[in-house]
Amino acid sequence: MSSPALVAIVVDGRELRVPAGTTVAAALLSAGIDTFRRSVTGEIRAPLCGMGVCYECRLTIDGVSHRRACLVLAVDGLSVSTTPAGAA
Amino acid sequence: MTPSDAELVSADVLVVGAGPAGIAAAATIAESGRRVVLVDQSPTVGGQIWRHRHGSTPPAAARRWIARLQRSGTEVRCETTVVDLYASAESGLFSAVVERGTSAAVIHAPCVVLATGARERFLPFRGWTLPGVIGVGGAQALLKSGMSFAGKRVVIAGSGPLLLPVAAALVEDGARVQLVAEQADGRAVARFALGLWRRPATLAQAARYRAGFLGAPYRVGQWVTAARGAERLEEVTITDGRRERVLPCDTLCSAYGLVPNIQLARLLGCRVANGAAVVDARQETSVARVYAVGEASGIGGVELALVEGQIGALCAIGRDGEARRLHSDRASLAAIAAAMEQTFAPREELRAIATPDTIVCRCEDVTMGAIRAEWTMRQAKLYTRAGMGPCQGRVCGTALEFLHGWHADTGRTPAEPALVSTILADRSGSARPATPQGSAAHD
Repeated sequence: MSSPALVAIVVDGRELRVPAGTTVAAALLSAGIDTFRRSVTGEIRAPLCGMGVCYECRLTIDGVSHRRACLVLAVDGLSVSTTPAGAA
Repeated sequence: MTPSDAELVSADVLVVGAGPAGIAAAATIAESGRRVVLVDQSPTVGGQIWRHRHGSTPPAAARRWIARLQRSGTEVRCETTVVDLYASAESGLFSAVVERGTSAAVIHAPCVVLATGARERFLPFRGWTLPGVIGVGGAQALLKSGMSFAGKRVVIAGSGPLLLPVAAALVEDGARVQLVAEQADGRAVARFALGLWRRPATLAQAARYRAGFLGAPYRVGQWVTAARGAERLEEVTITDGRRERVLPCDTLCSAYGLVPNIQLARLLGCRVANGAAVVDARQETSVARVYAVGEASGIGGVELALVEGQIGALCAIGRDGEARRLHSDRASLAAIAAAMEQTFAPREELRAIATPDTIVCRCEDVTMGAIRAEWTMRQAKLYTRAGMGPCQGRVCGTALEFLHGWHADTGRTPAEPALVSTILADRSGSARPATPQGSAAHD
């Protein structure tokens, strides 16, 4: 197995390089980022199910809010925001 | 975006879910020359069990079936979420409203195969909403999605055969697995293992998985009661019902087996029993021309999923005779699945681990204390918003079925959170063929 090529995504303005084929959720967790969203009472939340069920990994990806980060592959130039669009 | 932007797709058969059951069904049907559309919300086919790390080699069976799928002529649509699914009285067709990114499509087909798979059963305990607490299959999914667990101190506490391969895979990735706690009773697990004597390959595989995490103890009759940490997980409490002990860790993997995904079956009005879509010997549901295969019709694992996918597919194209040859395989695999379900059923004590201040509904932050046992799921929704958030009760509803013996609510549309433009894309055949850019799309 050859090591896969790296892709660069931008997370809250910071560049993150991960192997191609990595999901956005896996990329953030590997980088030690585990504040994906704030719950309705303000708790920090991170992925639970890893497979598109729990919606805890919701992020704004390329300007579209509430995307499940576990279902989106990291590709070059992808922009990720852990602060929900429209949040105060 | 306007409703008229929705792409219209016609198929002979729509297959929902590209795990083993859906792949087997789609390939088998498409090989007969019929037009098959296969949708899945993941970026790649294979479902959870055949998901593999990018650049790594998937298991042999997965390679064979995925190659067969690719040759079959099936139109595969990944990253595609089914938002609505209904039968149109006039056309006699089923219509699926699907979303991919920000675009919508409506797929029409006279026959539907539901291969929607399973999700994990999570049971709430104090601290389970902390970052660092994930599922058991969830850990496997994240690992295969490229997450690194290297150096992490991991406790695995839950139930079912899945604990073993996940422990082995995490160790291989460099995690320091501290404990694998199986809640099931030790005698029940031993009985189940002995019952597998006719399947030595399964036992050998279990032994290989166990050899993969020899550095960590595997304990039966133990379960997690609490997780603690300031902003993320720092330690967990494990009990055997008599003594509690605290283990420091970075990651806790906790889930109690699998439950079928039947939201779409419910939307179509298919009969449901014991949490699974009811099917006949042909894998057909109570709704004619709607088939349910794999975990959607009852938890059974990858081998059963492949057999059911083929049976459903053959019956959908009128080759019942060939399907019948697979009936004995299905029966023996289903028997193992039934024994497994009995062995690893969550113990009574797990009903009491959630404290009144434990959040049950993670989407709406509804606590255990805010929900009364004598209510129905519908009442809990109306009074507390439990189950009303984005996951639509897939997590808390499943937990409350166990905790309070409730029945899940009926399915409703949209089946998943969707863009308004997707929801507007179609209802009752109102979708029109796409109009060229700039034409008068509004009234």
